[in-house]
Amino acid sequence: MFHVLHPGLFTTIQDDGRPGHAHLGVPSSGALDRFSFRLANRLVGNPVGAAVLETTMRGPRLRWEGTAPVTVAVTGAPAPVLVDGRPAAFDAAVRVGPGQTLEIGAVTAGLRSYIAFSGGLRVDVVLGSRSTDVLSGLGPPVLTEGSGLPVGSPGEVPPVDFVAPPGILRDPVLDVTAGPRADWFTEAALVTLVRTLWKVSPTSNRVGLRLEGSPLERARPGELPSEGMATGSLQVPGNGLPVLFLNDHPVTGGYPVIGVVTRRSLDRAAQAAPGTGLRFRVFGPRASR
Amino acid sequence: MGTSLIAWPAGESGYLIDVPEADPALVAQGLRNIAGRRRIQLIDVVPGLSTVLVVLGEPMPDKLFRVLLAEIEQEPVEAAADTGTITLDVRYDGPDLKEVASLTGLSVRQIVEIHTGTDFHAALSGFAPGFVYLTGVPEQLRVPRRPEPRSAVRGGSVALADQFTAVYPRKSPGGWRLIGSTTARLWDEKADPPAVIRPGTTVRFRPVA
Repeated sequence: MFHVLHPGLFTTIQDDGRPGHAHLGVPSSGALDRFSFRLANRLVGNPVGAAVLETTMRGPRLRWEGTAPVTVAVTGAPAPVLVDGRPAAFDAAVRVGPGQTLEIGAVTAGLRSYIAFSGGLRVDVVLGSRSTDVLSGLGPPVLTEGSGLPVGSPGEVPPVDFVAPPGILRDPVLDVTAGPRADWFTEAALVTLVRTLWKVSPTSNRVGLRLEGSPLERARPGELPSEGMATGSLQVPGNGLPVLFLNDHPVTGGYPVIGVVTRRSLDRAAQAAPGTGLRFRVFGPRASR
Repeated sequence: MGTSLIAWPAGESGYLIDVPEADPALVAQGLRNIAGRRRIQLIDVVPGLSTVLVVLGEPMPDKLFRVLLAEIEQEPVEAAADTGTITLDVRYDGPDLKEVASLTGLSVRQIVEIHTGTDFHAALSGFAPGFVYLTGVPEQLRVPRRPEPRSAVRGGSVALADQFTAVYPRKSPGGWRLIGSTTARLWDEKADPPAVIRPGTTVRFRPVA
């Protein structure tokens, strides 16, 4: 069990999420930067989908109350890793002994770090997942001071793992497939989408990235009858400024989606802190009849 | 099942199917049936009001998806395959009942008669886990949302808004007009499936004192 001395700025428990329940109104949730999440688990010898901590801007301070050492690994947004105040490695397996304190500091780039523990976090499973869903409140609560984090029995920790972290890009370019409702926008809007350096608004969260830039012009006014929204959707509300739907997004919505960000690019979106500039590269459109 | 399904790309491995004529819940069920037989991995199949969003386990070329669409149109689907009909006991004592009466020009008794005399169709989920938009509200019972949403609506509240009626499955904020309440437990995270009302379900309300 880890004891939470300080929760960090906004720290949640995440795993692979609970996809497959969208038709019941349940967001898929799960770790936003999937590559970094899986990497953290690999480094500590966990199955890649084990539950980890996902931090935001600044990580937590935790005390290990187990009787044997535990292996941890921090990946994603680079941040100082301290064990009892001494610097430890990032993107690598780190041992934390009984009574020792693990602290993850403020990120130096990006937004979200992932902390994996050998054995994984063993909080209750809700609909097949231990993920915190900030939209609907399913899963464990956001980390709070004084709470406990149960850790499972460790598997075999690999002595070495060759790691190729993707790094954090300044002003990343995200790949987008056009549609499903690209035809609700003018040709000019698609040009605006790819020419604008979009700025991530501070009101962004796990539900979505709100983007500031040039409004996208509609060819058809009004709302559509509510329809399913894929993760990565660039939904465009009445003000013309797109919202990039992340894992805790509402499952249905009534505003048109001009394009959908690819799975790989969503890892980059997950690391786009407020103020980050984003560019889009659009593929498509295509329709099947 | 209609002849006019059109699929639009929705991401690398997804399609949004326009379903202008048929019932999206039945198209969704047909798709699940076919995918099950042909071992096509489906991540999510999400009925909308006149669409079905399909998220596949891996990308599928347009041509193959078109073949799948054609198959869906020929697929006989048992009406409401696994969803069926449920009847919910409702106490018509909602705080907005009088307001709904004045907005519609109906008496409270007429509201209850119409609401309990209609078979509603669970069309789509949204807003919150287990919150299902029920369609089929007769024209004379349609009322707009409240101008100011409530910060807390009790779980089990039965509500009206525009062309929809619904039951709030859990306590949540809400802007719909509350006409009654049910003690039926519609959402249980430990049950499989967790939602009693799912797209495709027929819902009837029965008045209790």
